[in-house]
Amino acid sequence: MNKKHNEQVKKQDDFFNSSIYNDEAAQFSQQQLVDHMTYQAGMEQLDAQLIQQVTEARADFDYNKYTAADVQQALAHEQRTPEDFAALLSPAALPLLEEIAHKAQQERQRYFGNSVTFFTPLYIANYCENYCIYCGFNSHNKIQRACLNTEQLRTEMESIAQTGMQEILILTGESRKKSDIKYIGAACRLARQYFKVIGVEIYPVNSDEYAYLHQCGVDYVTVFQETYNSAKYSQLHLAGPKRIFPYRFNAQERALRGGMRGVGFAALLGLDDFRKDAFATGLHAYLLQKKYPHAEIALSCPRLRPIINNDKIKPLDVHERQLLQAVCAYRLFLPFASITVSSRECARVRDNLMLICANKISAGVNTGIGGHSQAQELGDEQFTIDDNRSLAQIYADMQRLHLQPVMAEYVYV
Amino acid sequence: MEDKLFLGGHAFHSRFILGSGKYSLELIKAAVENAEAEIVTLALRRANSGELANILDYIPSNVTLLPNTSGARTADEAVRIARLAKELCQTPFIKIEVIKDSKYLLPDNLETIKATETLAQEGFIVMPYMYPDLQAARRLRDAGAACIMPLGAPIGSNKGLCTRDFIKILIEEIDLPVIVDAGIGRPSQACEAMEMGAAAVMANTALATAKDLPLMAAAFKNAVAAGRQAYWAGLGRVRDCASASSPLTGFLRD
Repeated sequence: MNKKHNEQVKKQDDFFNSSIYNDEAAQFSQQQLVDHMTYQAGMEQLDAQLIQQVTEARADFDYNKYTAADVQQALAHEQRTPEDFAALLSPAALPLLEEIAHKAQQERQRYFGNSVTFFTPLYIANYCENYCIYCGFNSHNKIQRACLNTEQLRTEMESIAQTGMQEILILTGESRKKSDIKYIGAACRLARQYFKVIGVEIYPVNSDEYAYLHQCGVDYVTVFQETYNSAKYSQLHLAGPKRIFPYRFNAQERALRGGMRGVGFAALLGLDDFRKDAFATGLHAYLLQKKYPHAEIALSCPRLRPIINNDKIKPLDVHERQLLQAVCAYRLFLPFASITVSSRECARVRDNLMLICANKISAGVNTGIGGHSQAQELGDEQFTIDDNRSLAQIYADMQRLHLQPVMAEYVYV
Repeated sequence: MEDKLFLGGHAFHSRFILGSGKYSLELIKAAVENAEAEIVTLALRRANSGELANILDYIPSNVTLLPNTSGARTADEAVRIARLAKELCQTPFIKIEVIKDSKYLLPDNLETIKATETLAQEGFIVMPYMYPDLQAARRLRDAGAACIMPLGAPIGSNKGLCTRDFIKILIEEIDLPVIVDAGIGRPSQACEAMEMGAAAVMANTALATAKDLPLMAAAFKNAVAAGRQAYWAGLGRVRDCASASSPLTGFLRD
């Protein structure tokens, strides 16, 4: 019956990623689920115009209509329009990838020279109330859970700071019960003692809560929309606050209203039609920057990775060529945006993306809880990584590629 | 003839100000030497780094540091960054950059004027980066700026003197050194700015994106010097059409 359910879903979906579905999720899906488009109590609502614009443009994006000539034209333009961005993401652009990469590299050098900014993620808690079927932290996945206390936080931070790292990204699962905003704020205040730059990748909150985190020293907020296809979003995020699509979508805008300096965007490539999701991601960032011109824009380009209890997860049809195409399209459309490549990718892919189009890299990564300082992780990881290099190793590798590591380029004011 | 650039009572021989961003720290020394630069700008947000890759460790000690306030979005933020810069770099020089636009990086003249006022009163030698607007330039002068630094084109664009005609007006009207900052993409453009009467030129991306950075630094040095010489020499006039051999006024008899 569950298999049947999955097959039914598959029939209606050209981008069904069977590697992430399982019986339990299928069974759960058959219950009456919360309406994913309706805000819940306590969730701050913003104007729906931006969501409409992005989701409609995503739906209308017919990438098969573009030709090589459209791609050439997009490359020739000095400033690229959303239409150019669409052409660069189309299948017609793939045979021109070499040329596209050269152009992307020029833009990268113009805006960032040979700089590569370093950061490391610090997972402080992995309790989660959501049921996102592809994520290792999801509440139905039986893993070891933990939440670092002050002493453990300090040890972790000390251990990271000793490596020379100056930018930190603090992450949690989504549990307002186990890791509330006060707890996260306290962790950020502590981080201010060890690091120059602090970003968070936590559950979406209201603008007053972002303002509070800003006071605690945070200036950058990253929220991945995962997929901009709301129907698919509903099939993948079965329970918990994350199920509410518009609340998550507007997180970056609330963060900017809360006084944050910069915001990060991403679609998790491989969940749905990656061309459409990459298009929506870029457009979301583009429109929000237009509305808030001072906002620093950051993009990530994560592909699906295996998790504990499901080592088969794959990013569907997003191979390395497609990944490079998407990241180059981001660079050409938003040349001023910071682009991160996470340790989901292997060293070879990351290093080459840094040379061509990306400018920010994580190093010394551990996606578990307590993995930087404890002999044994206190909590299990969110996903398995593919690049285990330490800061010192990546630093040396970047220098070998004639790239200049930058540990911090920021002042908190 | 001694031809010195005076900024806040300090004299400089070099009229080429070198940026230090977007390229390998190991190349800074060679760039400074080849450019014979006496002033090097650096972003304070880059300089407050810790031990690893600290840019301050790579800038030769005999140059004048010109910290900038990049990252500031308001006058208030620029003032705070300037005060930090003074402490960290031990210099009264400050280049004001107030930018509220992450896409074009164009300066906010209004906030820049406010920051200049405050910092000049505090004794800073204020060098404001600005959009070449005559009224704003006059207000910066009145606020106590040591020079004005109009942009030739958007930062990093290498497009050259897109604002040529407006910079000429500033050179004509403002009795302060006018230093062309941002947009200079090649030595010939730096040379042209100097021919126009700019007091100095600043460049960064043009060098950072060159294949041979130290060689490009030398090229800029020569271009700036040539432009300055041409300025003093007085450029020959340029005519739109050839001189007619039989002039129209040739018929006049008495």
